[in-house]
Amino acid sequence: MIKIKEIRFHGRAGQGVVTAADILAMAAFQAGKYSQAFPFFGVERRGAPVTAFARISDDFIRLRSQIYYPDYIVVQDATLLDIIDVAKGLKKDGKAIINTEKKPEELNINTDAEVYTVNATKIALDILGVPIVNTLMLGAFAAITKEVSLEALQQAIEKRFPPKLAEKNARAVEVMYKSLED
Amino acid sequence: MATDVIHGSKAVAEAVKLCDVDVIAAYPITPQTRISESLAKFAATGAIRAEYIKVESEHSAMSACIGASATGARTFTATSSQGLAYMFELLFVASGMRLPIVMANANRALSAPLNIWNDQQDSVSARDCGWIQIYVETNQEALDSVIQAYRISENHEILIPSMVCLDGYVLTHTMEPVDIPEQDLIEKYLPPFKPALSLDPDSPITLGAFANPSTYMEFRYEQQKAIERSFKAIEAAGKEYGKLTGREYGLLEEYNLDDAEIVLITMGSLAGTVKETLASLNDRRIGLLRVRAFRPFPKDDVRRLLKDVDKVAVIEKDISVGLGEGALFSEIKSSLYGLDSQPSMAGFIAGLGGRDVTPEDIAGVVKKVEKGFEGTGWVGLK
Repeated sequence: MIKIKEIRFHGRAGQGVVTAADILAMAAFQAGKYSQAFPFFGVERRGAPVTAFARISDDFIRLRSQIYYPDYIVVQDATLLDIIDVAKGLKKDGKAIINTEKKPEELNINTDAEVYTVNATKIALDILGVPIVNTLMLGAFAAITKEVSLEALQQAIEKRFPPKLAEKNARAVEVMYKSLED
Repeated sequence: MATDVIHGSKAVAEAVKLCDVDVIAAYPITPQTRISESLAKFAATGAIRAEYIKVESEHSAMSACIGASATGARTFTATSSQGLAYMFELLFVASGMRLPIVMANANRALSAPLNIWNDQQDSVSARDCGWIQIYVETNQEALDSVIQAYRISENHEILIPSMVCLDGYVLTHTMEPVDIPEQDLIEKYLPPFKPALSLDPDSPITLGAFANPSTYMEFRYEQQKAIERSFKAIEAAGKEYGKLTGREYGLLEEYNLDDAEIVLITMGSLAGTVKETLASLNDRRIGLLRVRAFRPFPKDDVRRLLKDVDKVAVIEKDISVGLGEGALFSEIKSSLYGLDSQPSMAGFIAGLGGRDVTPEDIAGVVKKVEKGFEGTGWVGLK
């Protein structure tokens, strides 16, 4: 069986969760990998919990089921922690990346995996002027997991968004990435 | 060739763009909407020269395609679920008039209860409408199949409309790498549409006229003969396409069948999950037969491939309520009818209304069948 890295994104409808998974797939592909991204929509209304999935591999990905045992989870909205078990199935040696001002130990998250917290909302408000954190969470993902490079991510963002928005997002992603580099 | 990571919907739209279609008429419906959206944008920005007709329903979409096709235009539409159901009477008109319309169907469950997610009940229920039906596994195959569909349907020996069925969400909303062939390559592959007969005010003819009991049966017989000729045309179109792009297609896809004692059978994107499951089981006694052409149904090939197999298990996303099994299972059983040593047969209903089908589910089916299960079962039923 081919080795596949599986990523699950959690957020709320309207927060660009599906776009985040799409951009990650594009970025991985830019970097010479095979990739796949797809959403699971619950009810289609703003604010409802949304899950999106991405897979990255060295070979074409044939598997089409949802992701139950992710290597990584990315949580765009920490209020979800109170209502769903975002870390369900997360591999022990996996990583959880959560957008919150709190520290990992202050969170109510049920996992043995490493938990990282980032204040993406603050950077989003500073640079983008809106609390949309999807690209910033990808910046954090890239810095923490090294599964994709900052450059590949920025290229994917430039492809996905119109020029002005792309420029802002590429800058925001870089700020996030650099803040986590050490 | 340009490779890009795109949605299945975009892959279909890119295929239509490459086919230099004259008329597109479509009505939006989830999860098909992005196909018609992309095409409307192509038409609005001049990326394609097709006339895009905004219609008030799917019934009108197919009606517009029928009218346009009868004048000799290459036509396209896309729909899903309720939209396909709403088109139902026109599906027979299109095939009965022998119009080579190509349609993409984003497979989705039917109401009620209302459900926007994937299964294949919609197009499977339209199996007797006289259309060619191709079920695809990947976004790449969705693109490639739309292009091949024109070549098959427009063949003067065939003149049967084609439906390319791609799983809603599972493909339409999934991003994955797709090679988009160069325009000149497709121009070589797909010559301009030359209708056998077309409506022209300067030399009037009647198409789709009244047929009374003295002629109607012969029209239906000719339809059957024509779709039988499409077996060869589908294979030839898939082979020729393979020569140009390196991607060859047929009526069926054989996976790990050489030494197989147990053969799983399915249609569409589920085949990918089955392949991945079989790869992890790593057992050469278990193979997969993917049915790509559901209409015409390749009975003889199925019979040839399965005649020496011990056990057959069909997994499908539809059910014939009242019969208690899926349509594909019925076709497989009928294909193996009267064999001297018939394999034991099991049919499983899975993934209705978007219920996820996992590798564990597939492995569960294998286990059950290994233990001698026969008849019909449901996968993941609560």
